[in-house]
Amino acid sequence: MNDRAIWTQDLTKRFGDFYAVRGISFEVSRGEIFGFLGANGAGKTTAIRMLTGLTRPSSGHAQVAGFDVYREAEKIKWHIGYMSQRFSLYEDLTVAENIWFFGGIYGLPTRTLSAKREELIALLGLEGERNKLVRDLPLGWRQKLAFSVAVLHQPTIVFLDEPTGGVDPLTRRQFWDLIYQEATKGMTIFVTTHYMDEAEYCNRVSIMVDGSIAALDSPVALREQFNAASMDEVFYLLARQARRTEH
Amino acid sequence: MRTVWFLLIKEFRQIFRNPTLVRIIFLVPVMQLLILPLAADYEIRNITLAVVDHDRSSASRELVSKIAASTYFLVASAPATYASALRSVEEGDCDIILEIPHGFGRELARDQNTTVMIAANAINGVKAGLGSSYLGAIINEFSGGVLVQHRKVRREGIVVMSVNWFNPQMNYALFMVPGILAVLVTMMGSYMAALNIVREKETGTIEQVNVTPIRKHHFILGKLIPFWILGMVVFTIGLIVGRIAYGVVPEGSVVLLYGFVALFLLSIMGLGLLISTYAATQQQAMFISFFFIMIFILLSGLFTSIESMPAWAQVISRMNPVTYFVEVMRMVILKGSSALDILPQAGAVLIFGVVFTLWAVMNYRKTS
Amino acid sequence: MRRSRFYNLVRKEFAHVFRDRKTLLILFGMPVVQIIIFGFALTNEVRDASVLIVDHARDEVSRAIVEKMRASEYFDVEEVAALRDDEVRRAFQSGRARLAVVFPPRLGTDLQHFGNGSVQIIADASDPNSAQTLTSYFTQLLIDYQRHLSGGTLVKGIRTEVKMLYNPRLEGAHNFVPGVMALVLMIVCVLMTSVSIVREKQTGTMEVLLVSPTRPELVILSKAVPYLLLSIVNILSILLLSVFVLNLPIAGNAGLLLMVSIVFIITSLSLGLLISVKAETQEAAMLVALLGMFLPTLLFSGFMFPIENMPLALQYFSNVVPAKWYYLAVQDIMLKGSGFRSIWQEVLILSVMTLLFLVVSLKNFRTRLA
Repeated sequence: MNDRAIWTQDLTKRFGDFYAVRGISFEVSRGEIFGFLGANGAGKTTAIRMLTGLTRPSSGHAQVAGFDVYREAEKIKWHIGYMSQRFSLYEDLTVAENIWFFGGIYGLPTRTLSAKREELIALLGLEGERNKLVRDLPLGWRQKLAFSVAVLHQPTIVFLDEPTGGVDPLTRRQFWDLIYQEATKGMTIFVTTHYMDEAEYCNRVSIMVDGSIAALDSPVALREQFNAASMDEVFYLLARQARRTEH
Repeated sequence: MRTVWFLLIKEFRQIFRNPTLVRIIFLVPVMQLLILPLAADYEIRNITLAVVDHDRSSASRELVSKIAASTYFLVASAPATYASALRSVEEGDCDIILEIPHGFGRELARDQNTTVMIAANAINGVKAGLGSSYLGAIINEFSGGVLVQHRKVRREGIVVMSVNWFNPQMNYALFMVPGILAVLVTMMGSYMAALNIVREKETGTIEQVNVTPIRKHHFILGKLIPFWILGMVVFTIGLIVGRIAYGVVPEGSVVLLYGFVALFLLSIMGLGLLISTYAATQQQAMFISFFFIMIFILLSGLFTSIESMPAWAQVISRMNPVTYFVEVMRMVILKGSSALDILPQAGAVLIFGVVFTLWAVMNYRKTS
Repeated sequence: MRRSRFYNLVRKEFAHVFRDRKTLLILFGMPVVQIIIFGFALTNEVRDASVLIVDHARDEVSRAIVEKMRASEYFDVEEVAALRDDEVRRAFQSGRARLAVVFPPRLGTDLQHFGNGSVQIIADASDPNSAQTLTSYFTQLLIDYQRHLSGGTLVKGIRTEVKMLYNPRLEGAHNFVPGVMALVLMIVCVLMTSVSIVREKQTGTMEVLLVSPTRPELVILSKAVPYLLLSIVNILSILLLSVFVLNLPIAGNAGLLLMVSIVFIITSLSLGLLISVKAETQEAAMLVALLGMFLPTLLFSGFMFPIENMPLALQYFSNVVPAKWYYLAVQDIMLKGSGFRSIWQEVLILSVMTLLFLVVSLKNFRTRLA
C-alpha cells in the first residue's frame, strides 16, 4: 500500500444544479492528523460521505486506503472507521453489547473480541458502566466509547465527523489524547471540527468554503499566510466570503 | 455468515428491550383472536319481523305463529299500518315487514288465491334475499299444509336432504379462526420488519451499518430472520389460542401448515422489505403498508367470497398472497387438505416471495 | 394575540404535511382507490359456486332441474357420472367444488306416483356461510321449479310478493360502501394524528413548543387541523365517487351527510391524538393503530357482519366503536333518506366520544410535562 491514505482529484458531488462539493483535490499521508474544516453547509459532510462510500461522487477521482471509491467501495470499508455526527452506537444496547457487535461485524475472532472488549472497558474506565445502556451514558463518555469502537478493528484511517460537539473542554482534551494514541500507532486521522483550537492539534488543515477548498496547509503556515493571530481568525477571514451558510 | 449471527443477537436484544413492542406483538393478536371470531357470524338468525295483519283471522294468526316458531325470525311487533311498520324499518327496529291482507283467512278457506306482501330492508342484499326466501319457504309450507288439510291435493313435493361436511354444527367461529389468524400473521409480518428498517433509516443508524463492510444481503437476512421467528411464534400462539378457546384442531398435517406459514411469512416480509426501500419515514412506511394490506385482506376471500367478485377483482385477488394464505389455512385446518392440494397456492406464494425479495434487495443500496 | 399564534402553529403543521409528497399521495389516493375497488368487488352474495352433480335419474324432472341450475348465476355446474363419498371429500378438500348434488334414480316416477321425491345435497360447511346460502338457493330453485311444474295457477295457495326496500337491485355496494367509508376514514385519520405528537416527542422539538407561551391545547389542536381539511377533501371525493362511479345515490340530504362525516372525522382524529399522547415511540403508536384498530373497526362497525348476531357482550362493546355509529348514520342518510331526526343520537354519541378523547389527551399531555 502506498503512502497516501486518502487522495482526491476534482472530487465533485452535485444534486441537480446544486454543487455540494465542487472539485476538491487533496492528499492525506499515512499517519497524518488531518483537520477538515469549514462552516456548516460548506460541504464537509458530503465530502466525508463520498470518502467513506456512503455517497457516490458525481465526478472526479478519489482513493481511500489505496482503493478506488467508485469500484472498490466495499473493500474500503474494511480499512476505515467512522464516527458520524448523528450517531455511532446503538442507544438501546449496553456498552459491552455495542463493543461486541461492532467487533464481530469487523470480523474479530471471538477470543480476540472478548479480550479487546475487556481491554477497552478498562482503558475507558467503564467497568461500572459496562451493562448500562448507551443512552444512559453522559455525552462525553459516549463519544469516547464511540471513538474506541470505531477504531476497534485497527483500521488504517478513521473518519471523525464533529466528534467533540457539545462536550466539555476536559473531555475534549481526553478525547484528543485517545486520538493521539492511535495516531502514534500509525493510524491516519481525518477529523472535522468547529473548534478552532482543535485545528491546532492537526498536522495539516483544509478549509472548505462553498463546496471548494479555500486553503490547505499546516496551522502555522496558514496563520502566517493570513497574518492571523489564531486559527479562529483564519477561519473567520475565509468564511466571511462564503455565500452558503446553513444547509 | 458469522455477521448474520451478530446481527441477529443485536436485533433480538433491541426487540426485547422494548417492552411496549413486545406487549403489542404478543398481546394484540391474542386478544383479537379471542374476540373477533365471536363477532364474525353471517348466519341468518333473529331477523326482526313486523307483521301488519289486516285480517286477524285464525288463519293469519296460525301463519304468524308458524313463522315465530322458526329460529330465523323474531316477530318483534304488530303495527296497525304499513306506514308505521315502514317507520320502524327506517329507525332500524325491524328488518322485514309482512303484510297480510284483509280477507286472507276467508280466501284461503275458499281455496282461492291470496297474496301477502313482504318488504325487506335490502341494504344488506344477502340478508334481505335470504330472509325473504326463508319467509317465503315457510309461507309455502303453510300453504301446502292448508291444501293438504282440505284434501285438495296430495302432499307433493321434492324434499331436499342436506348434509353438511367438515363443520356439521355450522360453527362460524370455527370458520373464521384460521382466517383471522392468517390476517394477524400477515399484518405482523409485513408491518414489523418494514417499520423497523425504516426507523433505522429515519434515525440514521442505518448509516453506521452502511459504512461497515456488512454485505447487504447479510443485513437483510439479519432483519428478516428475527421477525420471521416472531411471526412463527405468533402463529403458534394463535394455534394454541384457537385450540383452547374455540376447539379448533387442525384436520390436516400441522407440519404442512407450518411449512406453508414459513413460506408465506418470507413472502409477506419481502413485501414489507420492498416497502421499506421506498419509504423515507416511518409514517410513509405505515401508510403504504396499510394501503396494500387493507386491499389484500378485504380481497382475500376472508370475509367475502372470491367467486362472487367481478372478473377484474378476481384477478387482483389472484395476485394477492393473502388470498392463498387464507385458502390454505381453511383447507388444511378445516378440511384436512393434503400437500398436493395446496401445491398451487404454495407455488404462487413462492413466486411472490421471490419477486418481492429480489426487487427489495436490488433496491437497497449501501451507497446512495 | 392567541389567534395568530395558533395560526402560525397550524401553518407550520401544514408545511410539514405538504412537504411529505409520498404520504400525501397515499392520503389522497388511498381512499379513492379503496372505495372503487371495494365498492365494486365486495359482496356477500355467493355466485358461481362450483357444484358437482350426479344424475342417476336422467328423467324429465332431473334434467329440468339441472338445466335450471346451469342457467342460474349462483351455480357453476360440473356433471359427473358417479360420485363416491371419498371422491366428494377429495373434491371439497382440493377446492374443486363446494356442493355436491345427487339425484336418485326414478325421481320423476316417484314424484308422479307417490307425490314425493328427494334429492341429496352435500355441502362443504367449512364455510358455513356459503353452505347455508347455497343450500337455501337450491331449495328455492326447487320450489320455483315445482311451482312451475304445477302450472302456477293450478296450485291454489298463498303467493308472496316481495319488495326490496332502499336497494331494489340488491347491489352489494349499498352495504359495503358506507362501511368501507367508515373504515378508511377512521384508520386514515387515526394514523395521521397518532404519529404527529409522538414524533415531536421523540425528536425533542416538542419541548421547544411547550416552553413557548402557547397553551398546550392549541399545540395539540394545531396538529389536527391540516388533517381535518385533508379528510374533508377525502370525504368529498369518496362521496363523488360513490355517486357517479358506483351509482350509489344519496337519498337524503348531502349537506347533512357531509356534516356527520366531519363529526366522525373529528372523532377519529381525536382518537389518534389520544394514542399519540400516550405512546412512547412512533413505532408503538403506529402498531397500535395498525394492528389494534383495523380488524376491530372492520368487525364492530357492523357492515361486514350484523351486530345483532354477536354475543351480547360484544354487542355492548360495539357501542364503543365510533365507526359503528357513523356507519348507522350514513346508512340512514345515504340509503334511507332520513333526516337529522334519525341521526341526532349518533351525532351526540360521536361528539361525546370526541370530547372524551380530547379531555383525556389534554390531561395526559399536561401531566407529561409536569
